[in-house]
Amino acid sequence: MSQAIATSGQADDITAGLREVTEDWSADQEVFRHTHWGKAMMWIFLLSDTFIFSCFLTSYMTMRTSATMPWPNAAEVFALTIGGQSIPLILIAIMTFVLISSSGTMAMAVNFGYRRDRKKTAALMVATALFGAMFVGMQAFEWTKLIEEGVRPWGNPMGAPQFGASFFMITGFHGFHVTCGVIMLLIIAHKVFRGDYDRSGDYSAVEIGGLYWHFVDLVWVFIFAFFYLW
Amino acid sequence: MSHDTTSVPQADTAHDSGQQHPIGLYLKVWGYLFVLSAMSYAVDYFEVHGIMRWLLIVTFMLLKAGLIVSIFMHMAWERLSLVYAILVPPLVLLVLVRIMVYESDYIFWTRAIFMDGGG
Repeated sequence: MSQAIATSGQADDITAGLREVTEDWSADQEVFRHTHWGKAMMWIFLLSDTFIFSCFLTSYMTMRTSATMPWPNAAEVFALTIGGQSIPLILIAIMTFVLISSSGTMAMAVNFGYRRDRKKTAALMVATALFGAMFVGMQAFEWTKLIEEGVRPWGNPMGAPQFGASFFMITGFHGFHVTCGVIMLLIIAHKVFRGDYDRSGDYSAVEIGGLYWHFVDLVWVFIFAFFYLW
Repeated sequence: MSHDTTSVPQADTAHDSGQQHPIGLYLKVWGYLFVLSAMSYAVDYFEVHGIMRWLLIVTFMLLKAGLIVSIFMHMAWERLSLVYAILVPPLVLLVLVRIMVYESDYIFWTRAIFMDGGG
Protein backbone atom coordinates (compact mmCIF):
# COMPACT_ATOMS: atom_id res chain seq x y z
CA MET A 1 0.00 0.00 0.00
CA SER A 2 2.61 2.51 1.02
CA GLN A 3 4.68 1.47 -2.00
CA ALA A 4 1.85 2.42 -4.32
CA ILE A 5 1.41 5.83 -2.73
CA ALA A 6 5.10 6.56 -2.64
CA THR A 7 5.22 6.72 -6.43
CA SER A 8 4.47 10.41 -6.26
CA GLY A 9 6.38 12.78 -3.98
CA GLN A 10 3.28 14.87 -3.40
CA ALA A 11 1.25 11.92 -2.14
CA ASP A 12 4.16 10.90 0.03
CA ASP A 13 4.19 14.33 1.67
CA ILE A 14 0.48 14.09 2.40
CA THR A 15 0.82 10.62 3.93
CA ALA A 16 3.69 11.79 6.09
CA GLY A 17 1.64 14.78 7.21
CA LEU A 18 -1.40 12.68 8.04
CA ARG A 19 0.78 10.19 9.90
CA GLU A 20 2.12 13.07 11.99
CA VAL A 21 -1.43 14.23 12.79
CA THR A 22 -2.47 10.70 13.76
CA GLU A 23 0.56 10.27 15.97
CA ASP A 24 0.00 13.60 17.71
CA TRP A 25 -3.67 12.94 18.41
CA SER A 26 -3.41 9.25 19.31
CA ALA A 27 -0.32 9.47 21.50
CA ASP A 28 -1.18 9.20 25.15
CA GLN A 29 0.09 12.70 25.92
CA GLU A 30 -0.57 16.32 25.07
CA VAL A 31 -1.43 16.84 21.41
CA PHE A 32 0.20 20.25 21.19
CA ARG A 33 3.38 19.36 23.05
CA HIS A 34 5.52 20.82 20.24
CA THR A 35 3.79 24.15 20.56
CA HIS A 36 4.29 26.73 23.29
CA TRP A 37 1.32 26.34 25.65
CA GLY A 38 0.49 30.04 25.48
CA LYS A 39 0.37 29.91 21.71
CA ALA A 40 -1.92 26.86 21.72
CA MET A 41 -4.24 28.55 24.21
CA MET A 42 -4.30 31.76 22.20
CA TRP A 43 -5.25 29.79 19.10
CA ILE A 44 -8.07 28.09 20.97
CA PHE A 45 -9.28 31.45 22.28
CA LEU A 46 -9.19 32.82 18.75
CA LEU A 47 -11.18 29.83 17.56
CA SER A 48 -13.91 30.63 20.09
CA ASP A 49 -13.76 34.28 19.05
CA THR A 50 -14.21 33.17 15.45
CA PHE A 51 -17.49 31.60 16.48
CA ILE A 52 -18.63 34.76 18.26
CA PHE A 53 -17.96 37.00 15.27
CA SER A 54 -19.45 34.42 12.93
CA CYS A 55 -22.64 34.45 15.00
CA PHE A 56 -22.78 38.24 14.66
CA LEU A 57 -22.20 38.12 10.93
CA THR A 58 -24.72 35.31 10.47
CA SER A 59 -27.36 37.20 12.43
CA TYR A 60 -26.58 40.26 10.31
CA MET A 61 -27.16 38.14 7.21
CA THR A 62 -30.45 36.86 8.67
CA MET A 63 -31.67 40.35 9.56
CA ARG A 64 -30.68 41.80 6.21
CA THR A 65 -32.28 39.09 4.08
CA SER A 66 -35.46 39.04 6.17
CA ALA A 67 -35.90 42.83 6.21
CA THR A 68 -38.84 44.00 4.14
CA MET A 69 -37.67 47.62 4.06
CA PRO A 70 -34.74 48.48 1.79
CA TRP A 71 -31.31 48.13 3.36
CA PRO A 72 -29.38 51.44 3.56
CA ASN A 73 -26.70 51.78 0.89
CA ALA A 74 -23.39 51.56 2.77
CA ALA A 75 -21.52 53.45 0.04
CA GLU A 76 -23.75 56.48 0.66
CA VAL A 77 -24.10 56.14 4.43
CA PHE A 78 -20.34 56.02 4.92
CA ALA A 79 -19.45 58.61 2.31
CA LEU A 80 -17.41 61.62 3.37
CA THR A 81 -17.29 65.03 1.77
CA ILE A 82 -13.67 65.99 1.19
CA GLY A 83 -12.89 69.19 -0.68
CA GLY A 84 -16.51 69.67 -1.68
CA GLN A 85 -16.65 66.21 -3.27
CA SER A 86 -18.53 63.24 -1.81
CA ILE A 87 -16.31 60.14 -1.86
CA PRO A 88 -18.09 56.86 -1.07
CA LEU A 89 -16.81 54.71 1.78
CA ILE A 90 -13.54 56.64 2.00
CA LEU A 91 -13.26 56.57 5.79
CA ILE A 92 -13.75 52.80 5.86
CA ALA A 93 -11.10 52.38 3.17
CA ILE A 94 -8.63 54.45 5.20
CA MET A 95 -9.48 52.43 8.32
CA THR A 96 -8.81 49.23 6.38
CA PHE A 97 -5.41 50.45 5.24
CA VAL A 98 -4.51 51.60 8.76
CA LEU A 99 -5.39 48.21 10.24
CA ILE A 100 -3.48 46.33 7.53
CA SER A 101 -0.45 48.54 8.17
CA SER A 102 -0.68 47.76 11.87
CA SER A 103 -0.69 44.07 11.00
CA GLY A 104 2.41 44.59 8.87
CA THR A 105 4.34 46.31 11.66
CA MET A 106 3.17 43.63 14.10
CA ALA A 107 4.44 40.83 11.85
CA MET A 108 7.82 42.55 11.73
CA ALA A 109 7.80 43.03 15.50
CA VAL A 110 7.31 39.28 15.92
CA ASN A 111 10.19 38.68 13.53
CA PHE A 112 12.54 40.96 15.46
CA GLY A 113 11.33 39.27 18.63
CA TYR A 114 12.66 35.96 17.32
CA ARG A 115 15.97 37.70 16.66
CA ARG A 116 15.90 39.06 20.23
CA ASP A 117 16.22 42.61 18.98
CA ARG A 118 14.77 44.32 22.03
CA LYS A 119 14.56 47.92 20.81
CA LYS A 120 13.23 47.25 17.31
CA THR A 121 10.59 44.85 18.67
CA ALA A 122 9.36 47.39 21.22
CA ALA A 123 9.37 50.24 18.69
CA LEU A 124 7.41 48.25 16.11
CA MET A 125 4.88 47.19 18.74
CA VAL A 126 4.35 50.78 19.81
CA ALA A 127 3.86 51.68 16.13
CA THR A 128 1.27 48.89 15.89
CA ALA A 129 -0.52 50.22 18.97
CA LEU A 130 -0.53 53.74 17.46
CA PHE A 131 -2.12 52.45 14.25
CA GLY A 132 -4.66 50.62 16.39
CA ALA A 133 -5.47 53.74 18.39
CA MET A 134 -5.84 55.64 15.12
CA PHE A 135 -8.31 53.00 13.94
CA VAL A 136 -10.39 53.26 17.12
CA GLY A 137 -10.33 57.07 16.82
CA MET A 138 -11.70 56.92 13.29
CA GLN A 139 -14.33 54.46 14.41
CA ALA A 140 -15.40 56.84 17.19
CA PHE A 141 -15.68 59.57 14.54
CA GLU A 142 -17.81 57.29 12.36
CA TRP A 143 -20.11 56.39 15.27
CA THR A 144 -20.54 60.07 16.17
CA LYS A 145 -21.39 60.94 12.57
CA LEU A 146 -24.00 58.18 12.31
CA ILE A 147 -25.55 58.97 15.68
CA GLU A 148 -25.86 62.62 14.66
CA GLU A 149 -27.58 61.51 11.47
CA GLY A 150 -30.16 59.73 13.61
CA VAL A 151 -29.00 56.12 13.33
CA ARG A 152 -30.08 54.17 16.41
CA PRO A 153 -30.06 50.44 17.21
CA TRP A 154 -33.84 50.42 16.74
CA GLY A 155 -34.16 52.59 13.65
CA ASN A 156 -32.65 55.03 11.21
CA PRO A 157 -33.82 57.53 8.58
CA MET A 158 -32.30 55.63 5.62
CA GLY A 159 -34.23 52.37 5.63
CA ALA A 160 -34.43 49.03 7.40
CA PRO A 161 -34.31 49.55 11.19
CA GLN A 162 -32.13 46.42 11.56
CA PHE A 163 -29.22 48.33 10.02
CA GLY A 164 -28.41 50.24 13.21
CA ALA A 165 -28.55 47.13 15.39
CA SER A 166 -26.11 45.22 13.17
CA PHE A 167 -23.82 48.21 12.72
CA PHE A 168 -23.42 49.08 16.40
CA MET A 169 -23.17 45.46 17.50
CA ILE A 170 -20.61 44.29 14.94
CA THR A 171 -18.35 47.35 14.73
CA GLY A 172 -18.72 47.96 18.47
CA PHE A 173 -17.55 44.48 19.36
CA HIS A 174 -14.71 44.71 16.87
CA GLY A 175 -13.70 48.13 18.17
CA PHE A 176 -13.71 46.73 21.68
CA HIS A 177 -11.31 44.00 20.51
CA VAL A 178 -9.02 46.59 18.94
CA THR A 179 -9.06 48.67 22.13
CA CYS A 180 -8.13 45.65 24.26
CA GLY A 181 -5.43 44.81 21.71
CA VAL A 182 -3.90 48.29 21.94
CA ILE A 183 -3.70 48.03 25.73
CA MET A 184 -2.21 44.53 25.51
CA LEU A 185 0.36 45.64 22.91
CA LEU A 186 1.48 48.57 25.03
CA ILE A 187 1.91 46.33 28.09
CA ILE A 188 3.94 43.75 26.15
CA ALA A 189 5.99 46.48 24.40
CA HIS A 190 6.82 47.95 27.80
CA LYS A 191 7.96 44.53 29.04
CA VAL A 192 10.03 43.98 25.91
CA PHE A 193 11.70 47.36 26.28
CA ARG A 194 12.40 46.74 29.98
CA GLY A 195 14.18 43.52 29.02
CA ASP A 196 11.87 41.10 30.83
CA TYR A 197 11.96 38.62 27.97
CA ASP A 198 15.75 38.84 27.60
CA ARG A 199 16.04 37.76 31.23
CA SER A 200 13.57 34.89 30.90
CA GLY A 201 14.93 34.04 27.44
CA ASP A 202 11.42 33.59 26.10
CA TYR A 203 10.03 36.06 23.59
CA SER A 204 6.85 34.08 22.83
CA ALA A 205 4.63 36.74 24.47
CA VAL A 206 5.34 38.91 21.44
CA GLU A 207 4.25 36.19 19.05
CA ILE A 208 1.13 35.37 21.09
CA GLY A 209 0.15 39.04 21.24
CA GLY A 210 0.79 39.19 17.52
CA LEU A 211 -1.60 36.31 16.90
CA TYR A 212 -4.36 38.22 18.66
CA TRP A 213 -3.61 41.39 16.71
CA HIS A 214 -3.62 39.64 13.33
CA PHE A 215 -6.92 38.04 14.27
CA VAL A 216 -8.45 41.47 14.87
CA ASP A 217 -7.27 42.45 11.40
CA LEU A 218 -8.66 39.20 10.01
CA VAL A 219 -12.11 39.90 11.47
CA TRP A 220 -12.05 43.35 9.90
CA VAL A 221 -11.42 41.75 6.48
CA PHE A 222 -14.74 39.91 6.83
CA ILE A 223 -16.63 42.91 8.26
CA PHE A 224 -15.31 45.12 5.46
CA ALA A 225 -16.47 42.65 2.82
CA PHE A 226 -19.83 41.66 4.26
CA PHE A 227 -21.02 44.77 6.03
CA TYR A 228 -19.54 47.67 4.06
CA LEU A 229 -19.10 46.35 0.53
CA TRP A 230 -21.98 43.89 0.15
CA MET B 1 6.27 20.66 7.75
CA SER B 2 9.67 19.08 8.04
CA HIS B 3 9.52 18.28 11.71
CA ASP B 4 11.26 15.20 12.93
CA THR B 5 8.44 13.17 14.41
CA THR B 6 10.75 10.52 15.78
CA SER B 7 12.70 12.88 18.02
CA VAL B 8 12.11 12.86 21.73
CA PRO B 9 9.60 15.57 22.70
CA GLN B 10 11.42 18.58 24.03
CA ALA B 11 10.33 20.82 26.86
CA ASP B 12 7.67 23.25 25.76
CA THR B 13 10.18 26.04 25.30
CA ALA B 14 11.43 24.12 22.27
CA HIS B 15 8.39 25.09 20.21
CA ASP B 16 8.67 25.55 16.50
CA SER B 17 11.21 28.27 17.05
CA GLY B 18 13.44 29.49 14.35
CA GLN B 19 10.69 31.02 12.20
CA GLN B 20 13.48 33.10 10.74
CA HIS B 21 11.78 34.51 7.73
CA PRO B 22 13.30 37.48 5.95
CA ILE B 23 11.62 40.82 6.62
CA GLY B 24 11.07 41.11 2.88
CA LEU B 25 8.45 38.35 3.06
CA TYR B 26 6.33 40.42 5.44
CA LEU B 27 6.75 43.55 3.37
CA LYS B 28 5.67 41.63 0.29
CA VAL B 29 2.54 40.26 2.03
CA TRP B 30 1.84 43.74 3.36
CA GLY B 31 1.98 45.02 -0.23
CA TYR B 32 -0.34 42.25 -1.47
CA LEU B 33 -2.85 43.07 1.28
CA PHE B 34 -2.76 46.75 0.30
CA VAL B 35 -3.35 45.93 -3.36
CA LEU B 36 -6.19 43.50 -2.54
CA SER B 37 -7.87 46.06 -0.26
CA ALA B 38 -7.53 48.73 -2.91
CA MET B 39 -9.07 46.36 -5.44
CA SER B 40 -12.04 45.55 -3.21
CA TYR B 41 -12.52 49.28 -2.61
CA ALA B 42 -12.38 49.79 -6.38
CA VAL B 43 -15.25 47.30 -6.75
CA ASP B 44 -17.37 49.68 -4.68
CA TYR B 45 -15.96 52.88 -6.18
CA PHE B 46 -16.66 51.86 -9.77
CA GLU B 47 -20.07 50.52 -8.73
CA VAL B 48 -19.73 46.99 -10.02
CA HIS B 49 -23.07 45.28 -9.42
CA GLY B 50 -24.70 41.90 -9.62
CA ILE B 51 -22.94 38.56 -9.47
CA MET B 52 -19.59 40.10 -10.46
CA ARG B 53 -19.67 42.30 -7.37
CA TRP B 54 -19.97 39.57 -4.80
CA LEU B 55 -17.71 37.24 -6.73
CA LEU B 56 -14.93 39.85 -6.62
CA ILE B 57 -15.59 40.85 -3.00
CA VAL B 58 -15.54 37.25 -1.76
CA THR B 59 -12.44 36.40 -3.79
CA PHE B 60 -10.46 39.38 -2.46
CA MET B 61 -11.72 38.69 1.07
CA LEU B 62 -10.64 35.04 1.00
CA LEU B 63 -7.24 35.91 -0.50
CA LYS B 64 -6.62 38.51 2.21
CA ALA B 65 -7.77 36.16 4.96
CA GLY B 66 -5.52 33.42 3.57
CA LEU B 67 -2.49 35.68 3.48
CA ILE B 68 -3.04 36.93 7.03
CA VAL B 69 -3.60 33.47 8.50
CA SER B 70 -0.88 31.61 6.64
CA ILE B 71 1.95 34.17 6.62
CA PHE B 72 1.29 36.76 9.35
CA MET B 73 -0.08 34.19 11.82
CA HIS B 74 2.53 31.62 10.72
CA MET B 75 -0.11 28.96 10.09
CA ALA B 76 1.87 27.77 7.06
CA TRP B 77 4.70 26.64 9.34
CA GLU B 78 2.67 25.14 12.19
CA ARG B 79 2.29 21.44 12.87
CA LEU B 80 -0.59 19.86 11.00
CA SER B 81 -2.37 18.79 14.20
CA LEU B 82 -2.67 22.44 15.25
CA VAL B 83 -3.66 23.56 11.75
CA TYR B 84 -6.49 21.03 11.57
CA ALA B 85 -7.63 21.75 15.13
CA ILE B 86 -8.06 25.44 14.22
CA LEU B 87 -9.25 25.33 10.62
CA VAL B 88 -11.68 22.39 10.62
CA PRO B 89 -14.15 23.41 13.43
CA PRO B 90 -15.22 26.71 11.76
CA LEU B 91 -16.53 24.69 8.82
CA VAL B 92 -19.64 23.81 10.89
CA LEU B 93 -20.52 27.50 10.62
CA LEU B 94 -21.53 26.80 7.04
CA VAL B 95 -24.32 24.64 8.47
CA LEU B 96 -25.48 27.56 10.64
CA VAL B 97 -25.42 29.90 7.65
CA ARG B 98 -27.46 27.46 5.60
CA ILE B 99 -30.06 27.03 8.37
CA MET B 100 -30.36 30.79 8.76
CA VAL B 101 -30.79 31.33 5.01
CA TYR B 102 -33.94 29.17 5.13
CA GLU B 103 -35.07 30.84 8.34
CA SER B 104 -34.70 34.38 7.03
CA ASP B 105 -36.50 33.47 3.82
CA TYR B 106 -39.39 32.20 5.93
CA ILE B 107 -39.42 35.36 8.07
CA PHE B 108 -39.29 37.58 4.98
CA TRP B 109 -42.36 35.96 3.42
CA THR B 110 -44.20 35.87 6.74
CA ARG B 111 -43.69 39.63 7.02
CA ALA B 112 -44.55 40.29 3.41
CA ILE B 113 -47.72 38.19 3.33
CA PHE B 114 -49.19 38.46 6.83
CA MET B 115 -47.84 41.72 8.24
CA ASP B 116 -48.19 44.08 5.29
CA GLY B 117 -44.43 44.23 4.89
CA GLY B 118 -43.91 45.34 8.48
CA GLY B 119 -43.17 43.43 11.65
